[in-house]
Amino acid sequence: MPTEFSGLPDTEQRLAAAGYLPSTSISTVTYLADRLGKPVLVEGPAGVGKTELAKAVATAKGARLVRLQCYEGLDEAKALYEWNYSKQLLRIQAAAGGDATWAQTHDDIFGREYLLTRPLLEAISVDTPTVLLIDEIDKVDFEFEALLLEILSDFQVTIPELGTVAAVHQPYVVLTSNSTRELSEALKRRCLYLHMDYPDIEREKAIVLARVPEVPEQLADQLVRVVRSLRNLDLKKSPSISETLDWARTLLALGYDSINADVAAQTLNVVVKYQADMEKALKHLSVPPDPSLN
Amino acid sequence: MSALTPPDPSLKGLQARLLDFHHALRDAGVAVSISDGMDAMRAAAAVDLLDRDVLREALAATLTSSASHRIAFDTLFDIYFPRTSALPGEEEAPAGASPDGSARPGTRDPMDFLSDLIEQLSAGGDAELRRMAQEAVGQFGRVENADGSTSYFAYRVYRHFNLRGMLRRLMQEAGIEDADDLVSRLQVDEFEERLRRFREEIDAEIRRRQVESRGPEAIARRAVRPLPEDVDFFSITGDEQAHMRRAVRPLARKLATRLAVKRRRARDGTLDVRRTLRRALGTGGVPIDPAYRSKKVHRPELVLICDVSGSVAAFAKFTLMFTHALQGQFSRVRSFAFIDTVDEVTDLFADGDFGAGMARMTQEADLVWLDGHSDYGHAFEVFAQRYVKTLTPRTTVLVLGDARNNYRAANVWALKEISDHAKRTFWLNPEPAGQWDSGDSIAMDYARVCDRMVECRNLTQLAEFIETVV
Repeated sequence: MPTEFSGLPDTEQRLAAAGYLPSTSISTVTYLADRLGKPVLVEGPAGVGKTELAKAVATAKGARLVRLQCYEGLDEAKALYEWNYSKQLLRIQAAAGGDATWAQTHDDIFGREYLLTRPLLEAISVDTPTVLLIDEIDKVDFEFEALLLEILSDFQVTIPELGTVAAVHQPYVVLTSNSTRELSEALKRRCLYLHMDYPDIEREKAIVLARVPEVPEQLADQLVRVVRSLRNLDLKKSPSISETLDWARTLLALGYDSINADVAAQTLNVVVKYQADMEKALKHLSVPPDPSLN
Repeated sequence: MSALTPPDPSLKGLQARLLDFHHALRDAGVAVSISDGMDAMRAAAAVDLLDRDVLREALAATLTSSASHRIAFDTLFDIYFPRTSALPGEEEAPAGASPDGSARPGTRDPMDFLSDLIEQLSAGGDAELRRMAQEAVGQFGRVENADGSTSYFAYRVYRHFNLRGMLRRLMQEAGIEDADDLVSRLQVDEFEERLRRFREEIDAEIRRRQVESRGPEAIARRAVRPLPEDVDFFSITGDEQAHMRRAVRPLARKLATRLAVKRRRARDGTLDVRRTLRRALGTGGVPIDPAYRSKKVHRPELVLICDVSGSVAAFAKFTLMFTHALQGQFSRVRSFAFIDTVDEVTDLFADGDFGAGMARMTQEADLVWLDGHSDYGHAFEVFAQRYVKTLTPRTTVLVLGDARNNYRAANVWALKEISDHAKRTFWLNPEPAGQWDSGDSIAMDYARVCDRMVECRNLTQLAEFIETVV
């Protein structure tokens, strides 16, 4: 299987074969990132398939997925590389007994052998095709973003003691963000920007049918419409795609083949997780709509 | 654009169009850098130009970097890369056509059109809706100008059919009154969605015809609304309000963390022996990487005092949104609202539902003392009497209001007392700084006893304030 996408239809097909149904914007950006060799910054609410996209690209390209999960306080030593102190110490102790000069030992202990590669360095130093997923980049501190710039634009890492490590195989980079904070301009400029929103009715229905094939089509249709209705409400936490799927499985297990107000009220806790949201949703779904209020 | 676009005659076709498009985006406030522009050109070369949706997404990926820019981008894209022109068979605004639209050949009876529209709205797909919108604009939206040219206006289209009444009619046609509540709810959602799409198609069609007759530059300037972060709080639309709600949350969080004592200055803490030894195990007992006890974090204490009177109603909505967002992030935020007297509203916004909080505030909170015109002096006086003891030397006070006091007693001493008891007092004023102290505004009198009074008219200014607050 060739690793590069040969065109937009090819991208769509291969993503679909990997179990990911892309919208036009998703497949366009995925394809362009490959063509232009630029990282993709995916922003959007939780549970719309941002991380899933990176996984699907890895499968579609037959590449290895290297994942860096970001969190507050993540630093260089955990993301990029770290010197293996204990091994270096052992080497020094071993050398003390022998007749090697200090200069030689010094050169030795700052060699590749003593370097612990962390996800970022690993993604660029392996010689197989790689998809690098930097997940929830908005969680890291502002300063850490600057560290990523070199990797994102030149696909290289500079290690003071060793020199510059350039990528053998340029990795396909996906960054995801829940936009809990604004990312820096410098970072955004180096990436293609993809805003991923909740899928439209047809796409979500296709996703439900693909992931839970036992669901009758009519139920799937109703299901995604209810979910859209809930997403239009101002809930604390809107239902994500995976919650739609959970709901489909729940309804199947309970033996329902269509939804009415009662069924919805009984099983709504699968998609709505807060008490306040629950009350709001029930009220919305069980009170008949009045056109004069619109 | 004329000032920005280099008049380079050698550029033609797509390249020139793309450059014009970049400049129009810049004029609309979307920061498009040179490298973005080059990426956009390369992207355009890599995709099928005949597929308009793909081209749009490709350009959006390279030229925008925030979801809030997308509205401006889509509007401008429609202007610079319009859909192909009118319907086959439709006369494109022939000059000197008969002035009253009804007599033109090929026009349909409005009633006939309406019933067709109802049918398409209940059953048709996107393509049919687009066709109906194009027909509606062509038939009802046109105005013959004195000089023989034609213009199209949305209001003329809407005059012919009441969209609100349409929803009711659609529901009747579908006969959903008897159906299950949930089923009818879904049906109405679907109709609303279609009506929204129909309205969008009408707007797009009108823009397209305008561009056709007057060229993209003339239209681009007027068609684009300011970006959501630059919109004045006083002139905010429903859609923008939703955006603002989302944008305010991270800002509130940022403010709260800024007000908290900085935590990550770990280096000036004392040595944490236990953790240092634990880490030293990895290096053969040599403490290479000492650990420090981090300083205790003070939780931010914030008191908000907001004017919610009618004169700043739009701003008050934002204010309360901000309050609500802050309370969601941090527990030690107390909020007070006032019109001519002040009352605590913290509990009303505690349960996480903004709309319900608003409703409860107007019913339950005791905000009016005399006549319901804002009275800052009395509000501060009451606050100083009742609540000043709750302020501590760690509290930050945030006053939100326009300082228009209706010529009543200023009671600057009361605000001074509040600010003396608090660590810092900031005032966010929704009026442009040039208008402070004009008319009944006594902004500067109050500003003297605050640490700072800043103009806060849009999200950008709010973000700036939060950046500089420490």
